[in-house]
Amino acid sequence: MAETVKIVDARGSFCPGPLMELIKGIRQEPVGTILEIWSSDQGSAKDIPEWVQRAKHELVKNFEEDGVYKIQVKKLR
Amino acid sequence: MPQVVIVGGGTGGSIVANQMARQLNKELQDGTVSISVIADSPDHIYQPLFLYLAFDQATPQDMRKPERQILDRHVRLISGEANRIDAEAQRVILTDGTSIPYDYLVIATGSRPAPEQIPGLVEGGHQFYTEDGAIQLRQALRDFSGGRLVVTVGVPHKCPVAPLEFTFMVQEWLKTRGLGDKTEVVYTYPIGRVHSIESVANWAAPVLEERHIETHTFFNMESIDPETHTITSLEGDTLSYDLLVAIPPHVGQDVIGRSGLGDAGQWIPTDRHTLQMIGHDNIFVLGDATNLPISKAGSTAHFEADVVAANLVHRLRGGLGMMSYDGKVFCFIETGLKEATYITFDYDHPPVPSMPTEMIHLYKLAYNRMYWLTPAGLL
Ligand SMILES: Cc1cc2nc3c(=O)[nH]c(=O)nc-3n(C[C@H](O)[C@H](O)[C@H](O)COP(=O)(O)OP(=O)(O)OC[C@H]3O[C@@H](n4cnc5c(N)ncnc54)[C@H](O)[C@@H]3O)c2cc1C
Repeated sequence: MAETVKIVDARGSFCPGPLMELIKGIRQEPVGTILEIWSSDQGSAKDIPEWVQRAKHELVKNFEEDGVYKIQVKKLR
Repeated sequence: MPQVVIVGGGTGGSIVANQMARQLNKELQDGTVSISVIADSPDHIYQPLFLYLAFDQATPQDMRKPERQILDRHVRLISGEANRIDAEAQRVILTDGTSIPYDYLVIATGSRPAPEQIPGLVEGGHQFYTEDGAIQLRQALRDFSGGRLVVTVGVPHKCPVAPLEFTFMVQEWLKTRGLGDKTEVVYTYPIGRVHSIESVANWAAPVLEERHIETHTFFNMESIDPETHTITSLEGDTLSYDLLVAIPPHVGQDVIGRSGLGDAGQWIPTDRHTLQMIGHDNIFVLGDATNLPISKAGSTAHFEADVVAANLVHRLRGGLGMMSYDGKVFCFIETGLKEATYITFDYDHPPVPSMPTEMIHLYKLAYNRMYWLTPAGLL
């Protein structure tokens, strides 16, 4: 069965910003959840993977679609 | 007769009620529309003063007024806690069993700090995000004789500038108490810079350094050990503290969870422009209660309330109500005990902070007194 992906739409979020929205999602969802964060800020494509690595979660995908940066992260712990 | 029911008599709920009442004055007098506010507290509380309460610069009396005095006299105030919202039956059920039917519902229940989500935090830390918390912290600061004071920030939280403001203020405050040399102030932040807003972070980072405030980024509190006085982050770092001041992670109110209207954090899925609850044409959500990726701040609730009130009034008069929220937020930032700055932004325009001045600080202090005009729907 394909894993379901929870979309976190953080386009236009200057505060708290896409990474903080991802941390919120990771904190409240169960282990195993895949979150796909949408950001209009190019910086997210770099900031988010950096945190994901430090926090020991898994970066599943990191791509751009029509000017929106989409980063998929799996909660591992 | 269409019935508008607003759950929550805080900043957002009170503004919606009063703005609608002013515009629908005739309909309310004729009894062709009704507006009710369900409020679980007889007093309206101005939360930003909790920050000043912790420093004994405001008292509990300064931050409250009876909600009845704030609401237009044509608005019905229902005192009680909403226990459940039944969106199918279009009713709100109070804890005492009273059932309140609605045609249009506005959810403005705000958010609450959830220190219980972090093991050891309730026993080991202090916070100033509730009145009781601020009073306990006031005592702890008064009794503090020096050592390591750690400020740590949970996700999500309301008022994104308060952690930084507290950090700057506490350092100055300790200096004035003659404890400057005996104290180390430590500031931690969840992401890779010292504030979520890049320009604020760029401004604050050198100031923190200049003031010798030890800073740890990428620090998300995971647990606190009150025995050893240590805090550990989910990134794996451990810091020791003598006094821990935490901004706990927040959740939406429990009534949202009980009613099955929210996500895992009890935040309500909301359309970012219409502010309608996703999938519910007659439910509007504003303020801290939404799941929107914007600052949980009084100003956010205020700008959203303008849109919700205008659209509801228009719909009650037979229009469609198509005014759209653009994501606008405005925040003052205290940069010490004598100066402040401000920022404003929306979904399409990033914030640009200006240089801190004494004037802005004085305006913020003045606003703390003028706040009551905001829920009254006047400012
Ligand atoms: C220390 C601190 C400093 C802050 N500083 C600032 C600042 O400088 N600038 C700024 O813009 N914002 C600031 N804020 C944030 C601001 O106070 C909130 O974001 C704002 O009040 C949100 O408005 P709201 O209407 O969504 O919720 P609230 O104003 O919190 O109102 C929610 C209301 O709903 C009631 N309620 C909840 N559940 C129920 C229920 N089940 N039944 C009935 N009633 C219920 C609550 O009692 C409350 O009265 C600060 C907050 C804190 C804690």
